[in-house]
Amino acid sequence: MAEVELRPGSLESRRPLSPHLQIYRPTLTMMMSIAHRITGAALYVGTLLLAWFLIAASTDASAFATVAYFMNSLVGKLVLFAFTWALFHHFLGGIRHLIWDSGYGFAYPQREWLAQATLIGGGVLTAAVWIVAFLFH
Amino acid sequence: MANDPASTRTAASRVRFLGAAKSGTADAWRMRITSIALLPLTIAFVWIVLSLVGKDYSAARAELGRPVPAILLLLFILSGVYHMKIGMQSIIDDYVHSPHLKDLSLIANLFFSVAVGLACIYAVLKLSFV
Repeated sequence: MAEVELRPGSLESRRPLSPHLQIYRPTLTMMMSIAHRITGAALYVGTLLLAWFLIAASTDASAFATVAYFMNSLVGKLVLFAFTWALFHHFLGGIRHLIWDSGYGFAYPQREWLAQATLIGGGVLTAAVWIVAFLFH
Repeated sequence: MANDPASTRTAASRVRFLGAAKSGTADAWRMRITSIALLPLTIAFVWIVLSLVGKDYSAARAELGRPVPAILLLLFILSGVYHMKIGMQSIIDDYVHSPHLKDLSLIANLFFSVAVGLACIYAVLKLSFV
């Protein structure tokens, strides 16, 4: 197939482009869509932490002590807290998408309500898990 | 055209080879399936992690080596890495436009997802059987 060359003034370069993200007024549903993608990408990287923990636990006591030391440190706790929030935010965002996939929740009040519930629910679930974790400790 | 009731084109023919990845809707469907699987499995995962809090090395090993937590973890890892592989692929399809960089990114995404998944599965199986 021949290569299409984009020249200034050619038909292709004069085609109208759809406006990009920054031209729109930010809305909650738009921000939640972006947050869903960012939390997904963060969880992608976060799997390294799960792999590290599982491999350490399956190796020996000193490898486990290293990963436990990191996870109990302030930085480790912050990373795990962020991971927990990303997990719950993405989890609830996924439910929101599944509701949309079944054809419900697109109308004005519902989509705003779903976005708010995802945002608040993610925070509440994260807090609940960490409270339980501290009570067990 | 697409909404013409007299059209004899099937719905599938309108989406096949379209989209940013030119691969139709298979991945979109698999994304839904893995996300449905991950609803209960994520809750199970959080439950298992919470059960490990405050446990020392041998207690954590014993917990992870029990059949039900191990099987739930394996299911979580399998559906999780499949889900995240498709997710990162759509991010690459959307934002990486240079053809060479795009192919390299897609290959790196596949290798990373498979490697992380296999490492986790290896560790869980070792905890159960060794």
